[in-house]
Amino acid sequence: MNRPLILDRRQVLAGSGALIVSFSLSKAFAQDQAPAAAPAPKPPGSLATAPYLDSWIRIDADGTITAFTGKVELGQGFKTAFQQIAAEELDVPFESVKVITADTRRTANEGYTSGSHSMQDSGTAILHAAAQVRALLMAEAAARLGLPAENLHTENSAVIAPDGQRLGYGDLVAHEMLHVEAQATSKLKDPATYKVMGQPVPRVDIPAKVTGGAAYVQDMRLPGMMHARVVRPPSYGAQLTECDTAAVEKMPGVVKVVRDGNFLAVVARKEFSAIKAMTALSSAAKWKETPGLPKQDDLRSVLLSLPSQDKTIFQASDPAASGQKTIEASYVRPYQAHGSIGPSCAIAQLTDSTMTVWTHTQGVYPDRAGIAEMLRVPPASVRCIHVEGSGCYGHNGADDAAADAALIARELPGVPVRVQWMREQEHAWEPFGPAMVTKLKASLDGNGAIADWNFEVWSNTHSMRPGGAGSMLAAQHMAKPFAVPAPKPLPLPEGGGDRNAIPIYKFPNAHVVHHFIPAMPVRISAMRALGAYHNVFSIESFVDELALAAGADPVEFRLKHLDDPRGRDVIERAAQEFGWKKGQKPPADRGYGFAFARYKNLAAYCAIASEVEVNRETGRARLVRAVAAVDAGQVVNPDGLINQIEGAIVQSASWTLYEAVTFDDTRITSIDWQTYPILRFNAVPDSVMVHIINRPGQPFLGSGETGQGPAAASIANAIANATGKRLRDLPLTRKKIKDAIDA
Amino acid sequence: MMTLKVNGRDHQVDAEPDTPLLYVLRDELELNAAKFGCGLGQCGACTVMVDGKAVLSCVTPLLLLEGKQVTTLEGLGSIEAPGPIQRAFMEEQAAQCGYCIAGMMMRAQALLQRNPKPSDDDIRAELEPHLCRCGTHMRILRAVHRAAHLMQTADASTGRRSAQ
Repeated sequence: MNRPLILDRRQVLAGSGALIVSFSLSKAFAQDQAPAAAPAPKPPGSLATAPYLDSWIRIDADGTITAFTGKVELGQGFKTAFQQIAAEELDVPFESVKVITADTRRTANEGYTSGSHSMQDSGTAILHAAAQVRALLMAEAAARLGLPAENLHTENSAVIAPDGQRLGYGDLVAHEMLHVEAQATSKLKDPATYKVMGQPVPRVDIPAKVTGGAAYVQDMRLPGMMHARVVRPPSYGAQLTECDTAAVEKMPGVVKVVRDGNFLAVVARKEFSAIKAMTALSSAAKWKETPGLPKQDDLRSVLLSLPSQDKTIFQASDPAASGQKTIEASYVRPYQAHGSIGPSCAIAQLTDSTMTVWTHTQGVYPDRAGIAEMLRVPPASVRCIHVEGSGCYGHNGADDAAADAALIARELPGVPVRVQWMREQEHAWEPFGPAMVTKLKASLDGNGAIADWNFEVWSNTHSMRPGGAGSMLAAQHMAKPFAVPAPKPLPLPEGGGDRNAIPIYKFPNAHVVHHFIPAMPVRISAMRALGAYHNVFSIESFVDELALAAGADPVEFRLKHLDDPRGRDVIERAAQEFGWKKGQKPPADRGYGFAFARYKNLAAYCAIASEVEVNRETGRARLVRAVAAVDAGQVVNPDGLINQIEGAIVQSASWTLYEAVTFDDTRITSIDWQTYPILRFNAVPDSVMVHIINRPGQPFLGSGETGQGPAAASIANAIANATGKRLRDLPLTRKKIKDAIDA
Repeated sequence: MMTLKVNGRDHQVDAEPDTPLLYVLRDELELNAAKFGCGLGQCGACTVMVDGKAVLSCVTPLLLLEGKQVTTLEGLGSIEAPGPIQRAFMEEQAAQCGYCIAGMMMRAQALLQRNPKPSDDDIRAELEPHLCRCGTHMRILRAVHRAAHLMQTADASTGRRSAQ
């Protein structure tokens, strides 16, 4: 029997009468188990960096069970999925587990909740920690009963002996018992026996959200809380030259005006008083602005003319294969906004030299480091507690609002200060998804197969998340400002601008170049899927262009170039469920499109078939029907996964058809929902179907971002199918479509 | 000081008459459901009902509400005893981040009160002023259909009970 080593250790220790497993002892045992030459294998997921079991699972003497995660709930449903994982491997009812999310005083440091990593990192850690905790509890029961652990089983929060005797987990657990390091391997349950995992358990956060419960940081009301509003500069780099605050300070309810260099804010007892004071303060402030923004209507030239660091990231060569027919194309993506429905918000309070910040940041530890640096205090003097906010889809204004709140709260010791951004502040100041350009060139051989493939991408970095204070607006605007940190390309295999730039298809000759652009004329950072959105849009559009040139069916053409069996499965499943038929003619003014990707070439697989209608008179395109197939490994909550993919398709349709940040030479001009229109109900599809290919026992594959790229390309391909015209510059607006039809 | 009727109860409110209803609900009455989204009447997150009609509370000043009945999502049920539309949204799992959902539900409730059997087109047209960024639209539509069904079933069963 493949018993985990941890049991032996526990039995040894239990036999000696000691229930406390010390750090040093567990280290010593770990070393005993591994040959001196080979490094000990690391435990899986985030256990590798936070190895103590009680960082993940706590069981109290009264039987209360808590699971901890350093990740945050953003509306993806993780809290529920983690609760399912813990309940399953602990063998306890779902309802008996409480999940605590990111808090710098309580949870492990798991960095950012980003990159579709939560299931892979935190879900995997909780899975293995729960399994090892259950093994410890069984070992403890075995010692007490004087029976071999093999004769016991667990059920409903208790270890059960063959004679039916029950020892509850709360009775078995002892002080420090779970404060042991995880082993590299765990005895996991057979997926065939799962009772909680794999079930569409209703999300734990939804009841409060649909009944007016306190669900968001925006809903927090602390005793004595005051309301602040920030007056942001009118443009990047604007300098505050004059601001008479006397009149504003006398306004009813106003408590304080805070000015620190170009940082300007007002605090009032009531929220609407703060807003009125903000308006008055904004009128009083005089700014010196400097034009510095690039030409918004020619981003291709702008990006291609900026200096870049060029790197070949993939090369394949087979001189035997040679092309006969060559085509080229270039695709562009504009700057796009996260566009959270709720503007960013945070509450901060300075008490006894600790600054506590309640924030919807995606990374409490990095946020704490940035805020501590800004306040010039040690990180231990700052506590960041995650509280859910409006959906963010990446790095929006959350961290900036947290820094705003901390800087203001420092001026009012003891007072909880709540800051919420106004709509135009969120739209103008959030760090946008970066603009990108791709150039593709490929040749077909005599058999209509791709013989060589050239792909180049020009992009900024895709993460300017706080690592330091300089990433946050408040720290940039202070009298003694912090400089914006130098941008860095995100390393492969995940990549940033080059995420998904390397094709998953097998081409005999291939050359992929990443042109990393350090200069950032527009404030940018991470937006859902990073570079994968545009790279997959480009690759999957171009594959369709090549299929057309080869006279091949787009689905068959993809399968012809793809070896990955799981990739082939999602393509075949999506095609079958859609009713895709080779050579099928769509109804008049409609088109069919197909696209596929494996997110980052290492996370979830997703294939999408779309039907789009195009109004030839107006150019308006609408996604009518989408059918997706997704493989995210072992599925924890199928309805949660379906919800994520449905959302990805509809959100990506909005990005793809409508969205571009606009600006003149000085200011961002898309500052609300009229100047930055997104998808409304009149454009919602008739149907979106998501089919899951479950892989029992396989590792979790992150799925939160896998749909963005394929959805975009399948829509573009369907528009090309409907109109006979290929559009390559995002967004695919009705004007561009109309112009292409009329051309 | 003015009297504001919210969810069937009178409240004495001490706020400037130009204060938008949204801030009175959230800050004076400590009700969470109506959300600040834009303050411009562009997104629908702040929607409540006034005398049975959907109203954008972020652009409706307090002075216009004397003698009117304001209903928020809190007035349609509770987490322990959810009303039909709340049950429908739970059963359809019709939320991701959920920030827009309370506003959507209030306009849907107003629609269902005046048109108990709306078509899919009716629902889409009615929800046009509302934005959802997570892309939960398909589930929101399903939930409104389900709410219509639940309300009719509830009416029918109430009807039977009172007839007995």
